[in-house]
Amino acid sequence: MVEVSQVKRLHPLQVGHAGILSVSVTLAGNATRISLRAREDAVPALSKALGLTLPTRPKTTASKGDRSALWIGPDEWLIIDNAESSLIADLGKVKVLHSAVDISHRNVGILVSGKGAAAVINGGCPQDLSLAAFPVGAASRTVLGKIEIVLWRLSENEFRVECWRSFSAYAYGFLQESARDVAV
Amino acid sequence: MLLIKCPYCEEERPELEFRNAGEAHLVRNSSIIEQSDEDFASYLYFRQNPKGLQFERWRHIHGCGRFFNAVRDSVSDKFLTVYKAGEPKPDVDALLSANALQESAPIKKRAPRTKKAEL
Ligand SMILES: [Zn+2]
Repeated sequence: MVEVSQVKRLHPLQVGHAGILSVSVTLAGNATRISLRAREDAVPALSKALGLTLPTRPKTTASKGDRSALWIGPDEWLIIDNAESSLIADLGKVKVLHSAVDISHRNVGILVSGKGAAAVINGGCPQDLSLAAFPVGAASRTVLGKIEIVLWRLSENEFRVECWRSFSAYAYGFLQESARDVAV
Repeated sequence: MLLIKCPYCEEERPELEFRNAGEAHLVRNSSIIEQSDEDFASYLYFRQNPKGLQFERWRHIHGCGRFFNAVRDSVSDKFLTVYKAGEPKPDVDALLSANALQESAPIKKRAPRTKKAEL
């Protein structure tokens, strides 16, 4: 079935202003982030230290409170927690072989939310973002325009885009531009 | 856009997430010091580049980051199969006949050039 969205006519002076568009593109707050690499046999010990079960299925995530683990690859996770998190200290106690790199300041989080958020992301990301292919809670490393991002679906109409800080101006501008195109 | 299945992500993803990484199953001699210059040059520089089915390496660089292998038709771009790095070469004839049962227009197998590159 073809989905038809009604195009809303905007006054030229209103275009791009907050509150006019159906999708908002905002900055996520500061966060603690870890790039975690480990082999399969280290997963139970790391899960115990993190207080959540590290996801081992492609494109899945696990969350407990503010702390979330995103499956990036068969031996790679992105852990995101609030800015005051004890994440680094928690992983420091783990004795099994693993690599945990603090990338809190390497990444910038951008929140894309509102009706049509998937279409805004799809303005520069070629992944299938239908709920069947990319359900709520799914996350994946992918591309947005000419940069690499990590995309995480928080709800049907809410995504978190994580990109490297030097790409953040591009990502933020790109998503705002895309949101103007997808005014539903 | 070409959709490529990643054996680690277990699903088809857009080609923009991938990078081709050349011919697959090239094995470096364990003792290159005893190898002739011609043999080493053949390993290092010369590739089959067949018109038809070829074994090649791919990397899901903007996805899971893994290298994997694929059998792809260099004429039609159609992927016959993908498999994880380190796994043996799949039986191409078996895959082709299975493919022929499924599709009305199967991929024609063209024999890859087996002769070593002339120097
Ligand atoms: Zn992959």
